[in-house]
Amino acid sequence: MKPAPFAYTAPTELEGALALLREHGDEAAVLAGGQSLMPLLALRMTAPKVLVDINRIEPLRAVGHGGDGLRFGALVRHAEALRAVRDQVGPAHLLAQALPHVAHQAIRHRGTVCGSLALADPAAELPACAVCLEAEIELQGASGRRFVPADAFFEGVYATARSVDELVVGVRFPATAPGTRFGFVEVARRHGDYAILGLASWARVVDGEVADCRLVYFGADERPSVATRTARTLRGGRLDDPATRARAKECALDELTIAPDATYGEGYKRRLAGALLERVVAQWGVAG
Amino acid sequence: MPARSTELPLQEIGRSRPRGRTRALLAGHGRYLDDLDLPRQVHGAFLRSPVPAARIDRLDVTAARTAPGVVAVFTWDDLRAVCRPWRTVSAAFPGLQSPEQTPLAAGRVTAVGEPIALVVAASRALAEDAIELIDFAWTEQPAVGVASEALAPGAPLVHPELGSNLAWQFDAAAGDVDAAFAAAALVVEERFVFGRHTGVPLETRGILAAFDRSEARLTVWASHQMPHQLQLHLADLLDLPMSRVEVTAMDVGGGFGIKMHVYPDEIAICAAARLLARPVKFVADRLESLTSDVHAREHVIDAKLAVDGDGRLLAIDAKGLQGIGSHSVFPRSSTVETLMAMRTLGAPYALAAARAHADVVFQNKAMTGQYRSVGHPIACAVTEALVERAAALRGEDSLALRRRNYLEPGDDGCRTALGLELFDFSHAACLERLEAMLDVAGLRAQIAAARQRGEIQGLGFAAFVEMTASGSEIYGKAGVPVSAADTVQVAIEPDGSIKASASLSEIGQGITEGLIQVLADAVGVAPERIALEMGRTASGPHGGGAWASRGAAIGGEAAWQAGRALRGQVLEAAGALLQMPADTLDLVAGWVVDASGERRIEVAELARMVHFRGHEFPAGTAPQFQVAHHHRRAGDPTIPTNGIQAAWVSICRDTGLVRCLKHWVVHDCGRMLNPLLVTEQVRGGVVQGLGAALFEHCRYDAQANFLDGSLADYLVPMATEMPDIEVGHVETAYRGSVLGAKGAGEAGTCAASAAVLNAVNDALRAAGGTSIATLPLTPPLVLAALEGGSSG
Repeated sequence: MKPAPFAYTAPTELEGALALLREHGDEAAVLAGGQSLMPLLALRMTAPKVLVDINRIEPLRAVGHGGDGLRFGALVRHAEALRAVRDQVGPAHLLAQALPHVAHQAIRHRGTVCGSLALADPAAELPACAVCLEAEIELQGASGRRFVPADAFFEGVYATARSVDELVVGVRFPATAPGTRFGFVEVARRHGDYAILGLASWARVVDGEVADCRLVYFGADERPSVATRTARTLRGGRLDDPATRARAKECALDELTIAPDATYGEGYKRRLAGALLERVVAQWGVAG
Repeated sequence: MPARSTELPLQEIGRSRPRGRTRALLAGHGRYLDDLDLPRQVHGAFLRSPVPAARIDRLDVTAARTAPGVVAVFTWDDLRAVCRPWRTVSAAFPGLQSPEQTPLAAGRVTAVGEPIALVVAASRALAEDAIELIDFAWTEQPAVGVASEALAPGAPLVHPELGSNLAWQFDAAAGDVDAAFAAAALVVEERFVFGRHTGVPLETRGILAAFDRSEARLTVWASHQMPHQLQLHLADLLDLPMSRVEVTAMDVGGGFGIKMHVYPDEIAICAAARLLARPVKFVADRLESLTSDVHAREHVIDAKLAVDGDGRLLAIDAKGLQGIGSHSVFPRSSTVETLMAMRTLGAPYALAAARAHADVVFQNKAMTGQYRSVGHPIACAVTEALVERAAALRGEDSLALRRRNYLEPGDDGCRTALGLELFDFSHAACLERLEAMLDVAGLRAQIAAARQRGEIQGLGFAAFVEMTASGSEIYGKAGVPVSAADTVQVAIEPDGSIKASASLSEIGQGITEGLIQVLADAVGVAPERIALEMGRTASGPHGGGAWASRGAAIGGEAAWQAGRALRGQVLEAAGALLQMPADTLDLVAGWVVDASGERRIEVAELARMVHFRGHEFPAGTAPQFQVAHHHRRAGDPTIPTNGIQAAWVSICRDTGLVRCLKHWVVHDCGRMLNPLLVTEQVRGGVVQGLGAALFEHCRYDAQANFLDGSLADYLVPMATEMPDIEVGHVETAYRGSVLGAKGAGEAGTCAASAAVLNAVNDALRAAGGTSIATLPLTPPLVLAALEGGSSG
């Protein structure tokens, strides 16, 4: 279980990394935390010719707070992000709920938030959070920097809108409206595993009534699944009204596309979808 | 009869002490196989079969041979010059069908992961690069995946030369089973399905082999449970005398039964080392481990239990099927699993009649083999699930049903219906201890209150019998060269320290510490003055190693006898010097003391005299100060142990996830050499049992393609999911030895999965669900049972 041969580069300037990506295109792989890439290399499931280690590009380590918004540079580790979002309000509140579910402590100390986004595993927590919070992925390439909404960034299993000569340099989570409540749940057999199914959400609740909300499932389809119809069903309903919740659950069961899963099966995942919805709605009821 | 253990002068035996190596291992100073590198060493990597069954059409290694860093590429045609094939033959399994096995594929492959070619290169990475250059073409053939299809008419044959996929059949019966069922007031029956799992030692299998042509000597380091056995088979297969083969096991990061077999890849490495006369190292990666380590279990068992109107168990009747994979593992045979799964059915109970039949079949899957608590957890789950169901249908406490039906051997011992010899038991005492630990009534009230709140909770029990410390009757009679004896050698160093070596193996279970404690008491010196070496065939005596929970029962006894004999030599020498009868002297804390307890001479002083000033002893006195004692137990083929476990679980209503809230074990392993280490062995065993119950599964698709090649897919139990495990002990000494120790290493695994299965079914029953008889208990399965329907 050793990687196929590759050339190792470790540029210290962003320009250098971009030049390497430009030169090698899809034969290059970017190494940040390495928590997914290294096993893939070791198993020879991927065999890039050039590894571009971005760990020496200092500016990519930045953590930014602005208003209630957040920005993480490409080298911000899960553990650093978790420290930055603890006891914060706004989008940080959802991330603080989600990040402890990302693998285990040792992995969180190396793995990066942007790495998780760039990998785009459909069962991972952070892509769903990014879509839920309508984050923007910052891509830098030869033609400059562009900001891609998370919902457009994730295209499929390990597939994103990043072109091969671009680097994910950061992610921006915009501020949320004051009083927004968040709910995050996932079902896994062991803590730290990829979720069988998970749900990231926010809601604005006025006098016990759902004024607006957003629901993003992960582990269901080949990319984070925005449950638009289900969210619509909840809008205008009361949090404590079982009928509203029941309608929404039924809608979620119906709305979700479930990719084939030999282990857990579609029926089981649909049932989970309803259960998770029930739980996040309960979280909205208590979370401030 | 030997002296009863209660009369022993015990200082160290029975004391809880951490393992001596703990500090070094935790500090990262362990020396595992991969920590050893030799000059001129090269690395082996295998081309392994990507398909379950195929004929090899072309295997051209020319390009690989010229790849950068490559030293050699071997196929079976190359290795056969120095290595012979093997076949598992055992008189314990009359009629066993067993194909020939070779270190590298001979023209066809029979399982995913089977080694086909070996590349030896300057590094493992270069060897893997070269594997990609091997021109390998094959024709895939129909495969046998599902065991129940192996014997169907027209099923593909795993080994066409055998003419059938049937490897072996088990049959045993006693009493009038049909009459018992006809007369029964209640019959409970079920089809039980047990998935495959494997041992997953933290340190994977590994071997480093060096061959010295000038001496024709093969020197091997291996992560192995029984270096002496490996030495014997290497000598045999490579046609060398054992005097020219040495095997050393350094620190071993877990075994669990995985590292006690002859593996084709390990033999290939030794053959390659011999051909190259260079050290060749191979360490299995996790993918290779999961695909090619022996797997375990995989049974389907239809079983029924007859109960009379008074709640007495009458008879058990079972029909089993086990899929053992592509070969019956060498040398012990994979069929031991079914043998024990059938033989230990109903073992805790007095049954007038019993019948068991099982078919053991080949499949195009990884070999199965002896894994912790061989076969026992299967029998335990079947028996105990039926017992709990019978109690539920009778509307009585299952513990009362157990107490009424326990088979207590009494002073003369007895046999179970299926022929196990039992003695020195304590079912009732273990149950009493468990009830005290649990406060069963209080716990049941707590569970009832939780159910009132809408939670789904259950409590399950599983009584068990675990056969340990096999004697020479088991393999010896079967004609299989497996040592069931152990030898301990002791000698006194010039400063009075004890230098000891033993034929046992330390694989993390802590037996080293237990043996040191025995030697300390047997001789009369402090444990700190004893150095015990194990795992080296070059310096240690031939013997059994680590299997069947044998260390304390067999090795402990050898250590005691060796230590006592050495003590006798010291007292004889002191007596000669002091002009006192030896039997008036004693040896305490490194000093020879007289009858009044007064210190007369230090062992160190006697040792200096023996080594340097022997002339000072009276004429005719020539103290040896060294002893080797070979202990083979006479009489009892195995030492039975007993106990009971309990599991408290909750089930998540909308996900089907099972959470273990708490687990209890009461176990009787006779005298405990070191209660701390026994308790931790039990805990570790329970964790593996909980893994079997809830997480671990080697899955194949219907075409026998392997699905769980990484630890992301193969779920080992993690600390976060494990409950508190409370362990209690009852010590009923084994009367056939001085120390009275029995086996302790496997009891935790034996009944843990059964207890969880019963707890889950207890919870499901209370929640109005259907019951489950399939392990592992996956969330979809549990949710479907909860909803009384089929899983989606």
